[in-house]
Amino acid sequence: MAASVRLLTRRVVRLCQRRFNVTCVSGPGQQSCRGFSDAAGDRSTHFGFETVPEEEKAKRVYKVFENVAQKYDIMNDAMSFGIHRLWKDALLHIMHPQPGARLLDVAGGTGDIAFRFMDYIHSQQEKQERLRVQSMQTPSWQDISDKYSTEDEGGPQESTAVICDINKEMLKVGKQKAESMGVSAGLSWVVGDAEELPFDDDQFDIYTIAFGIRNVTHIDQALQEALRVLKPGGRFMCLEFSKVTNPVLARLYDAYSFQIIPALGEVIAGDWKSYQYLVESIRKFPDQEEFKGMIEDAGFYRVQYYNLTGGVVALHSGFKL
Amino acid sequence: MVSVHQLHSSTSDFSQGSYDGLYPGHIPTTPLQKAVLAVGSGVAALQNPYRHDMVAVLGETTGHLALINLRDRMRNDPEGYEILIERPRIRLSTLDLSRMASLHDGSFGREYLRFLEVNHVTPDSRADVKFVDNEELAYVMQRYREVHDFMHTLLGMPTNMLGEVAVKWFEAAQTGLPMCSLGAVLGPLRLNIRQLQTLFTSLGPWALQNGRKARCVLSIFYEKRWEQSLEDLRQELNIDPPPIIPGPSNKRAT
Repeated sequence: MAASVRLLTRRVVRLCQRRFNVTCVSGPGQQSCRGFSDAAGDRSTHFGFETVPEEEKAKRVYKVFENVAQKYDIMNDAMSFGIHRLWKDALLHIMHPQPGARLLDVAGGTGDIAFRFMDYIHSQQEKQERLRVQSMQTPSWQDISDKYSTEDEGGPQESTAVICDINKEMLKVGKQKAESMGVSAGLSWVVGDAEELPFDDDQFDIYTIAFGIRNVTHIDQALQEALRVLKPGGRFMCLEFSKVTNPVLARLYDAYSFQIIPALGEVIAGDWKSYQYLVESIRKFPDQEEFKGMIEDAGFYRVQYYNLTGGVVALHSGFKL
Repeated sequence: MVSVHQLHSSTSDFSQGSYDGLYPGHIPTTPLQKAVLAVGSGVAALQNPYRHDMVAVLGETTGHLALINLRDRMRNDPEGYEILIERPRIRLSTLDLSRMASLHDGSFGREYLRFLEVNHVTPDSRADVKFVDNEELAYVMQRYREVHDFMHTLLGMPTNMLGEVAVKWFEAAQTGLPMCSLGAVLGPLRLNIRQLQTLFTSLGPWALQNGRKARCVLSIFYEKRWEQSLEDLRQELNIDPPPIIPGPSNKRAT
């Protein structure tokens, strides 16, 4: 009850702040406006290389992912030659979750991170089991009967993963994947907006957002929400496309992105424009250092980043203390 | 290196009324992108022939020379020139179906309507042209797509597999579009022995011969000829009536 009242007041305060913010950003080619106009309608942001009003961006992004949801995984494999799997595996390795951890995977759509999380936890659990069994290789009959009675409780802490995404189509695809792989246990699928998560404070041990944050209209709000829902000691981890540092690789990467990827999108998914948006939105996202600064501004500590594949992808990590 | 910042993504809903490129739906592409599209769409279309969008993309990316040739033929024909100026589009919304239904049997309009009804097709299912970088050629491509159903009516071919292959052979001979030639070569792979026999002995040669000798089918202003009798129109176009009409089979290819 108290938590929801707090949530409500926070939302009202944020709403008031937006209304009374008088300065407005002028996009290229637009009239710059000063005055007491309602700022929310005049602020614009980028949608790929296009400039659009802020409210429109969320709608357009929704449309993009609605269109590509069915072919999302196939396209990921085709565009990255399967390397995206390595990136996601790297995220899990650096995360190194322990049994009992609660994960919130935002913009988790088709569930790749959550599935890997559950696998990792299970293999960790098995490893721990094996170590434990090894250390008591010759138990007494009393120990054995004790073990039988505790096994039914299913372990002291259950690891769960919550997959949150604003787009119902992506969640649908993810759920189908889970069911066909038979790994639905411990997973929850929730529709929600990264800028306004439908969860209470201090809920999760780990918050991940993989290749999703560049689609959010207000990244700073998403970061603040991440801080809010994490438990103290919780870890924020973000996998996202970033700036390639090596100039030769950068040119190859640009050429590949703009020449090949939209064409692939047309052939595989029948949708050129969504993939054009994808490669443009990567260019508009802040680089590694700038994003690190934004995460620190939101209130995270020990923020660091790891460059993967020469900077094509960066993994940012921070802690709530 | 291409200046990539010029490749803005157009708005996807046309209610905004603005678009990049030379015509609504146009996506400008570099030669490399066209090559990727051509190869990719070819593979995709072969794997799944029901992906009409891939067939369309293949046609657009490989048809440049043939489209120029077609456009020039249209320009040299007075009626074709009229079409290039007026740019009529064939849509259900632009066709006056009740008037066409009231025309006498044997008229082009009535037979076309009958064709649509019997084969359960609609003229609205043609994809828009996206990758042709000249708006006049894009119109020629669009007209070619939309005239396809008229071809069926003129040739008397149903929309089953054999009928479609026959029309493809005719179109390949007429237009020279590589996509038609590809379809003409690969289409027979999906026919059974009896159909292949019909194709190679009577339908095929008839389609090819007529494709070569017929007047350019894109140069006919069909929308002004609904009342004209079908036989008359065939004679004007120098098309012989079909030797056989392939009966409707269970396999329907739209």
